[in-house]
Amino acid sequence: MTQLIAIAGLSVAFSGVPVLRGVDLALQKGEALGLVGESGSGKSVTWLAALGLLPRHAQVAGSVRLDGREILGAPSAELDHVRGGRIAMIFQDPASALNPVLTIRKQLCEALALHRDLSGEAVKAEARRLLDLVGIPDAARRLSAYPHEFSGGQVQRVMIAMALAGNPDLLIADEPTTALDATIQAQILELLSLVRREMGMAMVLISHDLGVVAENCDRVAVMYAGRIVEAAPSNQLFADPVHPYAQGLIGALPPLDGPRRRLTAIPGTVPDPAHMPSGCAYAPRCALAGESCGLAAPTLAPIADDRSVACVRAEASRRAVLGMAAE
Amino acid sequence: MRPPLVEVSAISRSYAMRSGMFGRATAVHAVDGVSLTIAKGETLGLVGESGSGKSTTGRIVLGLEPPDSGDVRFEGRPMAAPGTAAWRAQRARMQMIFQDPLGALDRRLPVAVQIREPLDIHGLGTPAEREDRVRELLRAVELTPAHGARYPGALSGGQRQRVVLARALATKPDFLVCDEPVSALDVSIQAQVVNLLCDLQAQLSLTLLFISHDLRVVRQISNVVAVMYLGRIVEIGSADDLFARPEHPYTQALVSASPAPGRRSAGRIVLSGDPPNPAARPNGCAFHPRCPRAVPRCASEVPALLAVGGNRQVACHLVTGAETRDAA
Ligand SMILES: Nc1ncnc2c1ncn2[C@@H]1O[C@H](COP(=O)(O)OP(=O)(O)OP(=O)(O)O)[C@@H](O)[C@H]1O
Ligand SMILES: Nc1ncnc2c1ncn2[C@@H]1O[C@H](COP(=O)(O)OP(=O)(O)OP(=O)(O)O)[C@@H](O)[C@H]1O
Ligand code: SF4
Ligand SMILES: [Mg+2]
Ligand SMILES: [Mg+2]
Repeated sequence: MTQLIAIAGLSVAFSGVPVLRGVDLALQKGEALGLVGESGSGKSVTWLAALGLLPRHAQVAGSVRLDGREILGAPSAELDHVRGGRIAMIFQDPASALNPVLTIRKQLCEALALHRDLSGEAVKAEARRLLDLVGIPDAARRLSAYPHEFSGGQVQRVMIAMALAGNPDLLIADEPTTALDATIQAQILELLSLVRREMGMAMVLISHDLGVVAENCDRVAVMYAGRIVEAAPSNQLFADPVHPYAQGLIGALPPLDGPRRRLTAIPGTVPDPAHMPSGCAYAPRCALAGESCGLAAPTLAPIADDRSVACVRAEASRRAVLGMAAE
Repeated sequence: MRPPLVEVSAISRSYAMRSGMFGRATAVHAVDGVSLTIAKGETLGLVGESGSGKSTTGRIVLGLEPPDSGDVRFEGRPMAAPGTAAWRAQRARMQMIFQDPLGALDRRLPVAVQIREPLDIHGLGTPAEREDRVRELLRAVELTPAHGARYPGALSGGQRQRVVLARALATKPDFLVCDEPVSALDVSIQAQVVNLLCDLQAQLSLTLLFISHDLRVVRQISNVVAVMYLGRIVEIGSADDLFARPEHPYTQALVSASPAPGRRSAGRIVLSGDPPNPAARPNGCAFHPRCPRAVPRCASEVPALLAVGGNRQVACHLVTGAETRDAA
């Protein structure tokens, strides 16, 4: 597999308060990566920063390479070409991303004209094909409808069609289904994996729902307080999490079948970005924390093929899990 | 079986909704013939999609709004008329917790003051006793007196929800309606609150109506679960059994749409069609336009909620006790 995008040491601060503190993350071509973590951990900011979409007062450092070419701080003409073209993004709140006073046709055609060498009838035909692809019934007629004439699930489908207009190599889907009901969410996720397979597109799925991520992604990265703390293939992460925070997240999820067990709640709350603890940011809440944890922030280090963890007690934590499993 | 604390019989409620350019009013049947029994000390979970009538049911059960028809009984007695002394006494024994803890709290008052408020309103205890009770309540929800002195803005989401819980418990209610109490919280914080609710329920033998769209959280805390679809209950049964063996096609789709990490679901049910619209409820079985198993009869005839064996009730023409239960 070839690497599509590589983020290294990405840091972001707002008015001197660091919210990303060195994010390392890479995606292969065609890969689906899940990004999970507590609210405020920096999942959205990571991709907003990578695509140059943060407000100007944000201080951004590090590197983001697309096919080996640095795009962080690239001139805006170049970024405009990347955004919506090679990389498309869909947001949690779909309504805000569509213009309420323009028809879907107008908005789709605009996106197509911007990123594809199409004109006249070809644009219209392609717009129709895209609406068809995302499963809007009666696409030809619905093209002349306005956003408010669609249901929530349909608006999200239209958003996906817009994102696909540029034929992207990478789709960043930031909580694409959070506002939707469970059965509609299942439809949208099914659609996403269908177009992904069909177009050989890579995807980053940002979600707070571990189940959704597990089912739809090849690999998962767990964020905590502005850093990646663990990255692993989905099945391995959920069967055998190594970072104590990843273990906590999975233990906190009530099971839907089998015997009920008391949830393992993580004590305390996430640290305030303005008062980050020295050393590992998770130490104040961590059951395994030792003296060394407070000294220096652990770096994300490989522990096996395709797995890495940022925890000085990774070995101990691994043994704790295995011990638990042996009980 | 424990005696019922709350009995809801065939409650219905519709709202007039203006739609379209000429503002013609259409009736939205928010709740349509819902019956429920909650045994003393037990938790009934209410699940269903947005607009299915869960919150409306909760408000009617608490007497916050009257049903158009049907009735609610508390300890075998009908609810007292709103505004009367009997109603106030009854109301002190039932409380409600909402989704948004920040919206439920006053930003300008320290949280301890807000926890004491119901005691002041109902005139319970001397001032010194009230202070003791507030300390006790803070401890019960695992907060310190120092937390009590803070304003809501200086607490985390989970801490705020615990404050709301403490306030709801102040009058020592027997019955608590929780409407999406943990939906706004992160998973790890959610677990703190769910554990706390489970503990408090056991210690205080509380009876709960727990409303949520999150099946996992509902199963964790409920004895019995009812599934609503467009104003009606389509399936009801004991929590573990219902999620392990859903019988109604809608419940089956709902359970299958809730993937579990580590268990790649084989044969996920993905429904086609649009989300249900409460303002245009289909005839017959309201689920029929989306139902993968619908037969012609489903489009014209409303299926009744019938016992199908065990303590399960299902409203579907194709699920009738005998074959399905035995086949399982
Ligand atoms: N424009 C901004 N100005 C100042 N702070 C910001 C800005 N955008 C984000 N932040 C802060 O950066 C941190 C990370 O935010 P981010 O939106 O990436 O979190 P997230 O992981 O996506 O959370 P959620 O799950 O709630 O979406 C938060 O503390 C947030 O308050
Ligand atoms: N006060 C009201 N006036 C008019 N319509 C109402 C009112 N309250 C509820 N409704 C309508 O009744 C239906 C049921 O609403 P309800 O809030 O009970 O659903 P719910 O299951 O709690 O949904 P959610 O999961 O979104 O909270 C909806 O169509 C809603 O728009
Ligand atoms: S009654 Fe018919 S439409 Fe309704 S759930 Fe059963 S099979 Fe489906
Ligand atoms: Mg976000
Ligand atoms: Mg509701």
